[in-house]
Amino acid sequence: MTARILSPLVLGLLLIFLIGPFLIIIAASLSAGDTLAFPPQGLSLKWVAKVFTIDSFRESFAMSMFLAVFGTLTALVLGIPAAYALSRYKLPFGETVRTIVSLPIIVPGIIVGLALLRYLVVPFGFNITLALFMAHTALVLPYAVRVVSASLNNLRSDMEEAAVLLGSSRVGAFFRVVMPNIRGGILAAFILGFVTSFNQVPVSLFLSGPGVRTLPIDMLGYMETTYDPSIAALSSLLAFLSIGIVFLAERFLGFSRYV
Amino acid sequence: MSDAYLKLDKLTLAYGDTVAVKDLDLTIRKGELVALLGPSGCGKTTTMRSIAGLLNPSSGRITLDGSDITRVSANKRNVGLVFQSYALFPHLTVYENVAFGLRLKGIGGKDLDGKVSAGIKSVGLAKFADRKPAELSGGQQQRVALVRSMVMEPKVLLLDEPLSNLDARLRLEMRAELQRVQKETGVTMIFVTHDQIEALALADRIVVMLNGGIEQVGTPEEIYNKPVSAFVADFVGFENVFALENGKLATSTTSVELSGPAPQAAKGLAWRPRMVNLGSGPYQGTVRGTSFAGNTREYLLDTPLGPIKAEVDAELPTHAIGSTLPFDLPLAAAAPLSRYR
Repeated sequence: MTARILSPLVLGLLLIFLIGPFLIIIAASLSAGDTLAFPPQGLSLKWVAKVFTIDSFRESFAMSMFLAVFGTLTALVLGIPAAYALSRYKLPFGETVRTIVSLPIIVPGIIVGLALLRYLVVPFGFNITLALFMAHTALVLPYAVRVVSASLNNLRSDMEEAAVLLGSSRVGAFFRVVMPNIRGGILAAFILGFVTSFNQVPVSLFLSGPGVRTLPIDMLGYMETTYDPSIAALSSLLAFLSIGIVFLAERFLGFSRYV
Repeated sequence: MSDAYLKLDKLTLAYGDTVAVKDLDLTIRKGELVALLGPSGCGKTTTMRSIAGLLNPSSGRITLDGSDITRVSANKRNVGLVFQSYALFPHLTVYENVAFGLRLKGIGGKDLDGKVSAGIKSVGLAKFADRKPAELSGGQQQRVALVRSMVMEPKVLLLDEPLSNLDARLRLEMRAELQRVQKETGVTMIFVTHDQIEALALADRIVVMLNGGIEQVGTPEEIYNKPVSAFVADFVGFENVFALENGKLATSTTSVELSGPAPQAAKGLAWRPRMVNLGSGPYQGTVRGTSFAGNTREYLLDTPLGPIKAEVDAELPTHAIGSTLPFDLPLAAAAPLSRYR
């Protein structure tokens, strides 16, 4: 009896907790008023329209996109062979490598950001875009290795041997037999990595410079000077972008199988 | 041997400190169907994988069709392998699985289609050409794996436990299928099994392996009737195996005089339960257990030599548990073993 009342209640509260802030942001972004407020003062789409007119948002969006796409791709290029080696061979220090690769998930981003700033950018005058790119690649790498490893572990290694005995080289067997069968895992890793990189704040915070900013950092900066609903409008747009990507991935790939 | 086709010469494989196969010599003729038989860990799979080129021998030589292939990489040996798990490519259709190796050879167009279609048809899977492996039964998958290897016209076809994943009816079918393939193509086949019945039923010659070495090589008849060692004897159903010391049957605790002179140079003697004479003879035993087995009845006797298993016609009068009766281990029927342990 209690379970029948309690469980919907708990579930309801949980949903409000998860989705509530999102709904508030959407409502705030549709405001007709001039300041960020909830409940919104009147309804209008003008702040959504305004987002597209702000130059710095366009530039930082391009930067974030660049980092998310190419940082993740680079992480996959490094991570897929690493995952392959870790799952197929008994390597000396294999477990250690696995742990080190996972460190960026464990170590707070703020430490990674500070370390990169203090020991790469400051002493060596490292290009800040390059530092940002490297940081994002490193942050995404654990996801690439973990998710691709999971796919590889489900794949029997005798398939590759079969391909070799049919005349394929080892490398050929990887591309002809392994890759097609872990495609879903690779795409899942890409989406996870993309979202992680795109939403990254602490590391990017330290590695921003004149004209080099990611979108979340730009949004923080914008809010410090201008407190209007355009920031809510942009947040809503980004949320819908993420939802759209995950929805498509689930629809076509069965994304949730891999995560 | 002059007609050696595949020759293993002092083949040794070690993983770290563990030696999986040691100084193995084996010669196989063209067109033979050979079984590598033995319990798990005997080195049979290691031997097979090194013939395929999937494992590198620590020392020794492998010669195939006149050329040394010890250091030839697996993809250039033209040796086929049907894996125990079949190892089909799940993302490809049956047709594309079979075409995989031919495409790599650069065969295309009509040639390719002819070979692939004929192959798929020969195992009765023409209807399933466009299916993915996951949509086939285990037996069908295995036939795809067989054809996938056979269209490559391999010099040697290796099969890893080809019958162990199949149910009893499919086993018979697959046995017939393998015999058909071998007869039609004349391909040299080596299959690995732990099941002596499969080996006896299918092979032209059986290689019994133990602890990384060969115990005995022979035709099924030779292996079944004339085992040379205690291990082989036990493996093919001689359940009463004894060491022979100074002309006496010996166990760890006692020894018993033979009823006649021991065969020359024998280190042990072995009898099938069927060979033991119950009811008369120089020895005495007490019935500990008995069980009915259709045409025959099995007895377990406690004797000075330890437990002895006997099997007699079921029509004969039964002996009660606890009764003591004479029995004989007829010397003429015994298999003389040239090695005990």
